[in-house]
Amino acid sequence: MYRYDSTDQQIIDERVAQYRDQMARHLAGELSGDDLRPLRLQNGLYIQRHGPMHRIAVPYGMLSSAQLRKLAEISRRYDRGFGHFTTRHNMQFNWPKFEETPEILAELATVQMHAVQTSGNCVRNVTTDHFAGVAPDELADPRPYCEIIRQWSTFHPEFAFLPRKFKIAVNGAASDRAVIRAHDIGLEIVRDEAGSIGFKVFVGGGLGRTPILGQVAREFLPRRHLLSYIEAVLRVYNRYGRRDNAYKARIKILVQALGIEEFKRQVEAEWAHLEDGPATLTDTEFARVAAHFAPPAYESLPAADAGFAARQNDDKAFANWVKRNVHAHKVPGYAAVTLSLKKTGAAPGDITDTQMCAAADLADRYSFGELRVSHEQNLLLVDVKQSDLYTVWQIARAQDLATPNIGLLTDMICCPGGDLCSLANARSLPIAEAVQTKFDDLDYLHDIGDISLNISGCMNSCGHHHVSNIGILGVDKNNEEWYQITLGGQQGNDATIGKVIGPSFTAEEVPAVIGALIDVYIELRTPSERFIDTLQRVGSEPFKARAYAGRDRRKPAVAANDAQPTPAKVANA
Amino acid sequence: MPEIIKNGAIVADSWQLFKLAAGETAETVALPAGPLLVPLAVWLARRQELAARGEADSNPLGVWLDAGEGPEALAGDLDRLAVVGVNFPKFTDGRSYSSARLLRERYGYTGEIRALGDVLYDQLFAMRRCGIDAYALRADQNLEKALAGFATFSETYQAAVDQPQPLFRRRAA
Ligand code: SF4
Repeated sequence: MYRYDSTDQQIIDERVAQYRDQMARHLAGELSGDDLRPLRLQNGLYIQRHGPMHRIAVPYGMLSSAQLRKLAEISRRYDRGFGHFTTRHNMQFNWPKFEETPEILAELATVQMHAVQTSGNCVRNVTTDHFAGVAPDELADPRPYCEIIRQWSTFHPEFAFLPRKFKIAVNGAASDRAVIRAHDIGLEIVRDEAGSIGFKVFVGGGLGRTPILGQVAREFLPRRHLLSYIEAVLRVYNRYGRRDNAYKARIKILVQALGIEEFKRQVEAEWAHLEDGPATLTDTEFARVAAHFAPPAYESLPAADAGFAARQNDDKAFANWVKRNVHAHKVPGYAAVTLSLKKTGAAPGDITDTQMCAAADLADRYSFGELRVSHEQNLLLVDVKQSDLYTVWQIARAQDLATPNIGLLTDMICCPGGDLCSLANARSLPIAEAVQTKFDDLDYLHDIGDISLNISGCMNSCGHHHVSNIGILGVDKNNEEWYQITLGGQQGNDATIGKVIGPSFTAEEVPAVIGALIDVYIELRTPSERFIDTLQRVGSEPFKARAYAGRDRRKPAVAANDAQPTPAKVANA
Repeated sequence: MPEIIKNGAIVADSWQLFKLAAGETAETVALPAGPLLVPLAVWLARRQELAARGEADSNPLGVWLDAGEGPEALAGDLDRLAVVGVNFPKFTDGRSYSSARLLRERYGYTGEIRALGDVLYDQLFAMRRCGIDAYALRADQNLEKALAGFATFSETYQAAVDQPQPLFRRRAA
């Protein structure tokens, strides 16, 4: 992974000093709360329902074991012994003390970490495929580009106060595992006819209150123009994006208002001035950064390890875990492993200090000392020898990190919701737990198979509910928590925004409604169909009918036209 | 006399920032004597008159651009302006950073670019990077202390006005 040189380190150290000074001036009464707010947000510090929340950047999901141990240590010293991974690969601490946050940043800087631009109306942490560099279907490793973008965006003087936040994702594989079309800019690595690497550029995607998939701004952008082109997009957005209404300030609204053709024209006109300028990426710089992501010292191994196959025959629990949590690797004899953070009873994405240390030890012993965070809020070891999988599984299982549910119903993305987030309309964690409890039978879960169910506590959609097969959205109705269900969303190359099925449900109803949707699938599926396939083949009517069947005997539904979600509040905490 | 920060030092400043009051129109409003920064609308309405006035040493002239007003409107006039102001109605409104860069990098403006409005200690570093060289700070700011704001970072990643080469073109191999 990328290691700082002395200049990178100095910049991050100076950032800590800057933040320390800002907090000191604030506490001395020289910097008002209003003037501090955007500054602390750009250092990841929110004021939430119960107090401060500190969001730490995990750039494009890469973590070294030393970094994860540091997060564990911080969670013990400054928090309550756990952290929460978000859909932008970041880690959130929910209980730090306001005055101690400069110390947290100073601790992080000792392991080349920070909280730079994890919030605020600026370019946020760039995200990518959690299998980057090891995926068999990869055209090129996206991580060097992510790091190049990270450096370019860090304290960019022109784009620190954009109309709204700005999210970039990069995918380098045949299957998009980074939801790039749900981003302000989505970059797909492609080759042109001559075989040169470049990007297909999508702009104007986003979830939130107005979910829209990104549109193509460029079919092929040569690699060297990456930064100058993004700069042109950002400049057009910075100048012309709406600032009068925070709900209409994302770039997607500008793209919609201008139309993609006019937007492209403006970007190209701007870019014409920047093309081949100093921001043009040099081959030397690309090579310098790419060298940090060179493959580790893999052994040459047979494609299939005999002992590994035998263990699966002998141990059904291990076989189940392999089936769901072990993934193909481009190097023979190796595999990628997901350490599930989706055990029933734990908040999705939460991890304790002990688990962090255990995962760091696993990485050191079995995966070249590195880990990944996925946007699905799990942790991964991506370079494990097949012959080590059984041991890894046993250790992970002892730490509650081996729930064999990746890609299954209980592997849900879920935001912190009303228990912690001050923007929430409803709680999401109890809903996640109720669904997990209802579907706790592993055989049944495996029988249901591939499916995604995501939960957001409000229209800001941090839980990505729009792009899951079953989406659950918390809505507020006369100060009561209600839940709107969407069907048919999906991530990947066929990314789709789900559609609302009708009036909202109460919290008590939700597990039964999910049960009804699953029942319909089980009854109607053909042997090879996943949930989404059946849904697409038969349409949503049978699902809707079952979801609302017998509803009048339950708590009365909110009338359909009342079920409009409450407008999202915008994060300016 | 009010003070501003200019080229890294605190200096007395005699420029008047002129704003149209309610009911006044750009075409007819009476303009005070002395160094004057006028709104873009006044400049556009009375270009000839103002350019003539700007020739006199005692009446140097500048134009200030509000956050939504791009420098394109001044492209042909820049050599007649001693100062171009760029306004920050709120410090979280970042449009004028782009305006300043465009003035320097696209239109080659070499006169003073002055930050106006909600100009605070913590944004000075980025403002200077974008080509702003004079700062009329918000009234409550301590100018002595604010000078430290220019030294926040000793190195930067991106190309900008102050350092036209990005770090990657300058890194030791
Ligand atoms: S979706 Fe809403 S409730 Fe959930 S974390 Fe985001 S802002 Fe908070």
